[in-house]
Amino acid sequence: MIELDDVHKAFGSNKVLRGVNLRIDSGTSMVVIGGSGTGKSICLKSILGLVTPDSGTITLDGEDVTRAERDSFLARFGMLFQGGALFDSLPVWQNVAFRLLRGSLKRPKDEARAIAVEKLRRVGLKPDVADLFPAELSGGMQKRVGLARAIAAEPEIIFFDEPTTGLDPIMSGVINDLIREIVVEMGATAMTITHDMTSVRAIADNVAMLHNGVIQWTGPVSEMDRSGDPYLEQFITGSADGPIEAVR
Amino acid sequence: MSWLFALLAAIGRPVTGGLATLGRLTIFAGQTLSHMLRPPFYLKEILQSLLNVGYFSLPVVGMTAIFTGGALALQIYSGGARFNAEAVVPQIVAIGMVRELGPVLVGLMIAARVTSSIAAEIATMKVTEQIDALVTLSTHPMKYLTVPRVLAGLIMVPLLVGIGDIIGILGGYIVGTKSLGFNPAAYLKNTVDFIEMRDVISSLIKGAAFGFIATLLGCYHGMHTGRGAQGVGRATKSAVESAAILILAANFLLTSILFSL
Repeated sequence: MIELDDVHKAFGSNKVLRGVNLRIDSGTSMVVIGGSGTGKSICLKSILGLVTPDSGTITLDGEDVTRAERDSFLARFGMLFQGGALFDSLPVWQNVAFRLLRGSLKRPKDEARAIAVEKLRRVGLKPDVADLFPAELSGGMQKRVGLARAIAAEPEIIFFDEPTTGLDPIMSGVINDLIREIVVEMGATAMTITHDMTSVRAIADNVAMLHNGVIQWTGPVSEMDRSGDPYLEQFITGSADGPIEAVR
Repeated sequence: MSWLFALLAAIGRPVTGGLATLGRLTIFAGQTLSHMLRPPFYLKEILQSLLNVGYFSLPVVGMTAIFTGGALALQIYSGGARFNAEAVVPQIVAIGMVRELGPVLVGLMIAARVTSSIAAEIATMKVTEQIDALVTLSTHPMKYLTVPRVLAGLIMVPLLVGIGDIIGILGGYIVGTKSLGFNPAAYLKNTVDFIEMRDVISSLIKGAAFGFIATLLGCYHGMHTGRGAQGVGRATKSAVESAAILILAANFLLTSILFSL
């Protein structure tokens, strides 16, 4: 279980997180929604230790993440980045098997390649993609490779940062289905950041809306449409009229 | 009084900013050296960096050195003619290349070629979240990106300086013997007789220092880049500017120390 308790983070005078409280139960899929620049990515990066909160605590299974042993802590996570964040200098299979080629999870090269090819197949890519370089792939293929990399070491917890941004609706649907299948199949805990409501309905068990630096609403996805929260309703309908200012 | 405070603030702001950057750079250098001594070591990345910094810089170093050596021979010959000292061309080319021009020019060419490439590559990795991805994949960016490049600078730039010194002397030799009428055997003898071991050692020490500065600043500015394409451009520009200035400052400092011993 991941728990954020009164987490604050500011960049200069810009207070991004103003006391975030959030609980993600093990084996569930939490989707965090909210407008651009509301601190969703900062929230996620704070859990991973990529950003240090100014105050508040973040715990994983009761242990403060700042005190956890870094390697074993990070070994529990997989992450799909918004732009894929694939390493340009490495072929696709080495990107996917990155963790399996070095460090504590190191495997023989042939075995690591075989696992990479299998994970690529799992995300719907053919084996001949393995030897291409990221620059030779389309945006959708890069996202799938990023997804294959995120699941390559079979992590307990997977983070997805804007998984469908920049993709056409069909490819978005493919990625959403893949994420849902993989999370169910692996029994992993998932946290997704998005403002794509189709993704939310496809991926989420629970939804949290981040607005103005705090969790405005949280609950099961099935209750999202009848939450009665004016902020969430405006976000779902995409209306310019409501408590969320259209020009921020 | 307010104008005085405004003046002091205008002076103080860049000074404190500069000192803060110097402090960050010193900590970055210390962390790099510390990671250099502790496993894990990424051998493939180290070998790749040795190739990039060393082998692939050979053409630009060679071209710079040969033209500089040739031009130096011409300058000394025509300058020396003013006081009947044309004969000292081999000695001055040798000492000029080995003690000063070889290390400095190679250092500056490495700053232009390697520092810019390192800064742009790492800065692009930073803005496209590849550095964050490294962290999530349990890989320390400093060990994976900085250590191999700085190690390559420390090892390969002295070698490049050595090669640059030889090629520069060769440039002087070609001009001296083909165009200025020097006897080839006498030119070589004068060159070899005049160079001392301390000249060569000082040249290599300077090479190691310049290699460290050039690669470290490329990594530092890359890792501390701003956002977007503009951030990458600024990081690259700052890396090359600061590497070039620090190389020239270090050259003065090292020359003062090495030749006062």
